Order: sequence, then C-alpha cells, then structure tokens
Amino acid sequence: MGQTLAEQILSHAAGKPVSAGERIVARVDLAMMHDSISPSIIKILHQELGADQVWDRDRVAVVVDHVAPAATIQTAEHQQALRRWVRQQQITHFFDVGRGISHAVLVEEGLARPGMLILGSDSHSTAYGAVGAFGTGMGSTDMALALATGQTWLRVPETVRILARGRFRPGVGAKDLGLRVARLIGADGAAYQSVEWHGVEELSVSERMTLATLSIELGGEAGIIPPTGPGWEEHAAQRGITVPPWLRVEEGARYSRTVEVDLDTLEPQISVPHSVDNVRDLSELGRVEVDVVYIGTCTNGHANDMAAAARILKGRKVARGVRLLVVPASSEALRQATADGTLATLLEAGATIGTPGCGACIGRHMGVLAPGEVCLFTGNRNFRGRMGSPEAQIYLASPEVAAATAVLGYIAHPAEVIG
Amino acid sequence: MARIWRFGANVNTDQIVPGRYAPYMLKNEDDLRKYPFIEARPEFASTVRPGDLIIAGPNFGCGSSREYAPLALKMVGVGAIIAPLFARIFYRNALNLGIPLFEADLTDQLEDGQEVEFNAETGVIIADGRTIQLPPPPEWMREVWREGGIVPFYRKYRRFPGAASV
Repeated sequence: MGQTLAEQILSHAAGKPVSAGERIVARVDLAMMHDSISPSIIKILHQELGADQVWDRDRVAVVVDHVAPAATIQTAEHQQALRRWVRQQQITHFFDVGRGISHAVLVEEGLARPGMLILGSDSHSTAYGAVGAFGTGMGSTDMALALATGQTWLRVPETVRILARGRFRPGVGAKDLGLRVARLIGADGAAYQSVEWHGVEELSVSERMTLATLSIELGGEAGIIPPTGPGWEEHAAQRGITVPPWLRVEEGARYSRTVEVDLDTLEPQISVPHSVDNVRDLSELGRVEVDVVYIGTCTNGHANDMAAAARILKGRKVARGVRLLVVPASSEALRQATADGTLATLLEAGATIGTPGCGACIGRHMGVLAPGEVCLFTGNRNFRGRMGSPEAQIYLASPEVAAATAVLGYIAHPAEVIG
Repeated sequence: MARIWRFGANVNTDQIVPGRYAPYMLKNEDDLRKYPFIEARPEFASTVRPGDLIIAGPNFGCGSSREYAPLALKMVGVGAIIAPLFARIFYRNALNLGIPLFEADLTDQLEDGQEVEFNAETGVIIADGRTIQLPPPPEWMREVWREGGIVPFYRKYRRFPGAASV
C-alpha cells in the first residue's frame, strides 16, 4: 500500500512507518517564529517550561514580519527584546525588518526543503508545502515545546487530493484554483487533513505558495505540492536542493477524497465578504466600487504577482479616488521587481509601495481600513475586521483582477482593461 | 449554573480576538481579558461568568494560530467549548491551555442565554430537567485537563500526552 506525501514525511520524522489516524511524536526539522508571537513563545520556553536554550540554534528561524517596521513603542520594545534574545541564543537564521514575510523568506533562502517537518507560529505555515515540506501552524505553547525538545506530537492526517486538469486560460491562475477549491469543499473541507495538489507541475514555486497558503483556508493541516515539474526544477537548481529519494507520489496512496477542477473552463474567482469560502465566478459579481486595492501577502505578494499586475497597469493609471497599495512579500521580490521594470510600472500607474512584510493583512498598520471602505485584496482572509474596521468589506482575488480593479475603480475582469 | 453563549459556524480567531488586540499590541497583557468577542459580541467580555459554556457550529476557531484567542476565553473562565468540529490549531491551543472541549452539535438543543448545570468531568449538561450526555473525550485529553494544561503536564511527566517519554 502506498503512502501520501504527508504520511511519508511524518514517517521520516517519526522514525517509523506511520499512517493516517496514528498519533505520533515527531522530530522537527525547522521551527519558524515571528515577531508577533515570539514574546509569548519565549516566555513559555524559559519561564514555564524552564528551558535555558533552544534545542538547536541552526534549526530555528526568527523573522520580524508582522509589524515591520514597528508601528508603536510597544511593538518596537518587543522587537528590541527579540533581537536581544536572538543574540543571546545565537540563533543562526534571523531576518529583521524588511527582509519579508517569513514564508517567502524561508523558501527563498532554501531553508525550507522537500521532506522536512516545519512548524511555524503562523497558520499560513502550510506555505512550505510549496517546496514539498510538511509545514503546519501552531500556537505559542506548541512552539515553545518544540523549541525546548526538538519534537512535537501530531495525529497523522488523512489527505484530500486536488486534481487539476487542463491548462489555465489567460488571466486565470493559482489564486483562482485555490478559491475554486474553497468554494467546492468549504472552509472546513480539509479540516484535520493534509491537502495534496496535483496537476500543477507547470507552476513556479511562488505560484505553488499561493496554493499552499490557501490550504489552511480549507482547514488543512498542511498543503503539499509534489516537488516535481519545471517550476520546481528551476527553484531547486538555483539553490542546489535535492528531493530525498523516499519522497515521491506513490501509486496506491489512500486519499479521503479527490476533488477535480477543470482549468480549461476556470474563470477568475472572487471571494466576497466575510468568509474565504464565499466564492463565486467574477462574472457573477455585480458592480462593486472599491476604495483600496491591496497587492501583497504570502499568498500573492511575490515577484510574479507584482509582474502580473504590472502587465495590466502598464501605460495606465489608477482610477481617481482609489489607493493602490503594493507590499512585496520579500526584499528579494522587491529586488526582482526593481530589476525587471515592474516597480517602475507600478509607480508610474500611481501605486504606493510598502516595506516587505505582512503589511495590513492583520489589520495593525500600513493600510488599515476605515468603516465602510471596500478593499480588493490579493491576500488569503476576508474575515470581518481582518484589515481594520469590522465595517469594512474585503474581497479576495488574483493580482490580475486587482490590477484591473485599480484601473477601473470597480471590481473588474482583466479582459475589461486589456481587451 | 452556567450560561449558554451560542455562536454559529466558522467562528474565526479574528472574531474571538482581533489581531489589533493581541498581547503584542497591548501595554498591559492582562487587558486581554477585556477583548474576547469585542466586536462580534461586545457584551460578552463584561458579562460572561466563570463556568459559562460556549456552544457553536462547525469549524470553531478557524483562521490564525493565535493562542491568545483561547487564552482570552480562559482568562474570563469559559467552562467548556462545545462544537461539532474545531479548527485544528485552535483545538491544540485550547487543549494545551487546559480548556475542556467537547465535539457535539448542541446549537439546535440549547438557547443563547439559557441557564444549565454542567459537569466537565462527566460531560453532563442538565437543561430544564433534561440530561444531555456529551461524548467522552479521549483519555489523553483528560490527562492534560487534570494537570491544567500541557505545560504542567510536560513538567510533571516529561513526555507528550499518550506517548512515551521524549
């Protein structure tokens, strides 16, 4: 009998063959913590668990991304204390303000690799599935226990298989596939389960991160894309990464269900307030005028996302009365956008560029919404109050739809702009 | 007596505690107790009593990994949370903090504001003379509750619940 990718990775981490439903103790390959949750993790680690040091300073990554740069004296003090702790613990992998969102950074740096078990103090840690890792989010106490012991306990999840068939049409991409699946199976459709994305070999690792991060919005414990295909090969070759021989899609692996999506007929999808699975075809949406278009996040703030928006914005201007905020997922994404002319195109169209990081996705700074405002957002959550006022409205869509919306001032199909 | 606080499906952690009210953003971390459901149900934090019960629809606690969401509920003394399905990270966080969780759908059986008797150890609710037996949680979960959370559990046993020592 074959194993799912989640079962293979957790078997490796547990040091014995395991299958869905078993509760296991597993070795952690990498633990990621960010500025927002680090104070409580550090407190539990030292004061409650009584551990003096992290188990392995080379297997801990600390990233300042949630409120970066600091917005208040309070957050500045927390970040100051975090830097002191990083020095004291001699943490090898520390990424300070401006380097970007933890998930993008760990993938770009080649720290996240196929076959790893990666825990992150952030629910979108499913992102590491973009490189064939089992990435999963945990709270402060679980993270502190992992830092103290190098281990965690898990129930080996069943797996939902997503099977994409055909090819994306122009202006349609990974975001639309992810939202389509949310529409099909709902916000709890993969609860306690892993999601395996098949039929997406053509996608780059950045595009895979769109699918991997959206996996938590299906309730997924992990969201794994098999590390094969041209998009993967390019990423791996640049970083000298190899796939462990034991990690491969196996015949006979058991899936709890298979969800098929026909890419040939897939239209741009839009998630309407106030839940991610409240999705419809963009063509079904009536006229919705917007105040803000926000391009960013670990889901759609990568270099390819900014470039896709720039292709539509080139030679055009943001509509009067609309703010276009672009917050790159990482400094590397910003560097690429600068090198290939994307940044100039965005600025000429009237965009404002923020510091690489999580930006307004958690509603704390850099573009918080006022009551009554409407935002077209390339992120991953449109929960009420997520980006500021609970009276604001958040719509989720792709960078292409975001760009078209910025030009026209109402939520629009890219074809309305570029014909 | 415990008061029932009834919620719908897909209650997310931004509803439980919005990101703007994270301890990271507060001058005094104890203020977190003022903020559970600050926007979704503004009267909750000021009127909830220790031992009160939350009953909800499926996927309770979906969204972010913020442990301060269940922590805020613990700070005001929520006696148990009962839902047919919990989002995974919330489930772990609440378990780690020692908050009793029961998997059952009572949203059709109990009214918001209803006063009931509740025994977390036996999982019995008595509402208007009617007895509701909640499904018993697994023994490893009860082990954690008995110690008051995963940290005291780990300090005592040096192992994860239901597993051999680390």
